[in-house]
Amino acid sequence: MQDGSVTLLFIQIFNGLVNGAFYALLSLGLAVIFGMLRIVNFAHGALYMLGAFTAYALGERFGLGFWPSLLLAPLLVGLFGVLLERSMIRRLYDLPASYNLLLTFGITLLIQDGVRLIYGISGAPYAPPGQLTGATNLGFVMFPTYRLFAIVISVLICGLTWFVIERTRVGAVVRACTENPTITRAFGIDVSLWVTAVFGFGAALAGLAGVLAAPIYSVDPLMGSELIITTFAVVVIGGLGSILGSVVTGYAVGVLVAIGSALYPPIANTLIFILMALVLLLRPSGLFGLQEAR
Amino acid sequence: MTTMRNALALCVLLAATAAGAQYSGGGIKLGLLTDMNGVYSAISGPGSLKAAEMAAADFMKANKDFAGKVTVTAVDHQNKADIASNKASEMFDRMDVDAIFDTVNSACALATAAIAAQRHKVFIDTGAGTSELTNEKCNKFTFHYAYDNYMLANGTGTTITTKQGGKTWYMIYPNYAFGQNLERQMRAAVEKNGGKLVAPSEATPFPNTDFSSYILKAQSLKPQVFGTMQAGADLVNVVKQYNEFGLKKQNVGLAIGLLFESDVAALGQDAFQGAVATVPWFWNLDKAATDWSRKFEKAFGKKPTFDQAAVYSAVTQYLEAVKRAKTDDGEKVVAQLEGHKFNDFFARNGEIRKQDHGLILDVYQVQVKPKSEAKEDGDYYKEINKTSADQAFTPLAESKCKMAP
Repeated sequence: MQDGSVTLLFIQIFNGLVNGAFYALLSLGLAVIFGMLRIVNFAHGALYMLGAFTAYALGERFGLGFWPSLLLAPLLVGLFGVLLERSMIRRLYDLPASYNLLLTFGITLLIQDGVRLIYGISGAPYAPPGQLTGATNLGFVMFPTYRLFAIVISVLICGLTWFVIERTRVGAVVRACTENPTITRAFGIDVSLWVTAVFGFGAALAGLAGVLAAPIYSVDPLMGSELIITTFAVVVIGGLGSILGSVVTGYAVGVLVAIGSALYPPIANTLIFILMALVLLLRPSGLFGLQEAR
Repeated sequence: MTTMRNALALCVLLAATAAGAQYSGGGIKLGLLTDMNGVYSAISGPGSLKAAEMAAADFMKANKDFAGKVTVTAVDHQNKADIASNKASEMFDRMDVDAIFDTVNSACALATAAIAAQRHKVFIDTGAGTSELTNEKCNKFTFHYAYDNYMLANGTGTTITTKQGGKTWYMIYPNYAFGQNLERQMRAAVEKNGGKLVAPSEATPFPNTDFSSYILKAQSLKPQVFGTMQAGADLVNVVKQYNEFGLKKQNVGLAIGLLFESDVAALGQDAFQGAVATVPWFWNLDKAATDWSRKFEKAFGKKPTFDQAAVYSAVTQYLEAVKRAKTDDGEKVVAQLEGHKFNDFFARNGEIRKQDHGLILDVYQVQVKPKSEAKEDGDYYKEINKTSADQAFTPLAESKCKMAP
C-alpha cells in the first residue's frame, strides 16, 4: 500500500506537469504581453478557448486533423491578436489602467458569446490524434501518451521563447522596446510594429494552449474563463512580466495542485490562492520579479 | 311571469357561462422562468420556450373556446436564485402570469417555489434535480415534473448492481448540494442491492477541469463500476479523461448520475459508449415520443431534450386542469392537478401524486450506443431496463413532505 501511494504521488506529479504545461503557456503569453505593452490581457482565456474552437472548426469545415491544426490554429489566433491590437488594444496605451480592464474584459465577453452563438453552450467534441492515443510505459506507470506529448510541446515552446527573448537579436530588440521605447525609436526601430507582433505572439501562445487542451478538457465557450483565474494567480506568484518566473511558476503550481488533490482534495484549488496571498505579503513583486521591482 | 322566469334563467345561465370563462387578466398567461443564455440553455432555454408555445397552440387548436386566450412569455433567471425570486414575484404581481414553468436550476426552483406558495399561484418545475421540492420544501402550489435525484440514483444504482453485475463501485461527486445529495442516494441504492463501495466516494471541487487523480485512483482500485455524479462541462471532462486513461478497456464500467442529450452531443457518442444512466424520457423512446419529437424538430431545428418535452407536457396538463376547473384560480387548478392520472407522449403511467406533488412516471435505464449503431444523428440510447412509475420515485412512506392545507 505504501508502495502504491508513492507511485500515485509520482503519477500526480506528472499530472501536475500536464496542468502546469497549460498554466505555463498561458502565463508566458500574459507575461510577454505585459512586459512589452504594460497591458494586462484579460481576454487571454478567451483566446485560449478560441484556439480550441479554431482547431475544432478546422476539422469540421475543412477536415483538417490535429497536426495541421496544431500549427494553423495558433497562427490564426495570433493573426486575430494582431487585428485586436491594431484595432483596439493600441488605443489603450495612453489611457488609465481601468480602460485596460474594461476593454479586454469586454473583448472576452464578445468572443465567448460569439462562439456560443455558432457552436452552442455545451461545446464540441475533439479527440486526440490516432498516433497519440493509448498509454506509454514510464517505468513505474502507464501514462496517457497524449499527456506526455502536451508536456513536451509546452516545455519546448516555453524554452524556445525564453531563448529567443534572452539570447537573440530579436529578443534584444523586444527588450529594448520594453525598457525604453523612445531611445529604441531613435535607433530607427519601428516600435509600434514590434508591439503588434508581440501581442500577436502572446495570442498565438494562448491559441496553442487551447489546441493542446482540446483533446483532454471539455471544449466549451467558458473553458477559458476558469483557467484564466488560476493563470493570473500564477503570473502574480511568478512576478508580473517575468518570463522565467511565469514559466517556472506555471509548472510548480500545476504540480502543487496535483499533489494537493491527491492528499486532500478540498484544499487543492485553494492552495494556489494561499500561495498567492503569501507571496503578496512577503515578496510583493513575485518570486522572480526582481527586475520589475526596481 | 313566464317572461320574468325566463329572463332570470337567462341571467343565471349567462352568469354561469361568464363564470366558466373567468380568467384573470382576460386570458391565461403562462410564464417560463429559466436559463435562456447560460449553462443550462442547451437543455432548456429557447427550446423550452418553443415547447411551451407549441403546447399552448395545440391546446387552443383542440379547444376552440380558448382560442387566442393562452399566451407564453419567457424570463431569464441567469441561474441566480435571487434573480429567480425577484423575477417570479414580478411575473405573478405585475406581468399577470398565472403559472410558472421550467427553471431547470435547483436553487432557482426552490426560490420560485417559495414565491408561488406566497402568491397562491401554480408553479410546475421541470428539469431541476433537487428532491427537496417534493420533500422538506414541498408546498401546495408547487409541482415537480420529470426527474429528481432519488429517481436517477435509485434507477441507475439498482439496475447496474442487479441486472449488469456491477457489484463493486467507486464514486466521485461535485462538492455542492446537488452532487452530495445524488451521491448519498446512489450509494444507498448500490448498497441496498448487495453492491459495495471499494473506497469512500470522493468530493471534487466544482467547477473542475482536471479529474485525472480520481481516474488514477479508480485505475488502481479496479472497481467494476466508476460512478460520476458530475453534470454538464464537468461530466464531459470526467468522461474525456476516463477514456484517455483507458478505464473502459480495463473493464471499469461507467455509471452517470445525470446525463443530458446535450452532454452526449458535446463529447461525441462514441466517447460515452457503454455508459449507463437513468432518464425519464428520450426522443425516440416509442412512436408517440418520436412523432412529437419530429414535430418539435421541424419547429425548432433541434431534437428535444427531456426537459423540453416535459415543459410541453406540463403546460398541457396545466391547461387541461384549467379547463376542468373552469378558472385559472390557483387553488382550484391545484385541486384539479392533484391525483390526476394521465398518459401522453412524455409520461407513461403518469400520476401527479396528491401527497407530495411529484409527477411519477415510468423511467428508463439507458446505455449509450456506439455511433455505428445509431440510425441518425441524435440516436443515442438503447433502453436496457424500465422502472415502473410506482417503483421509480421516493416511496410516499419515506417522503418528508408535510403539505399545508
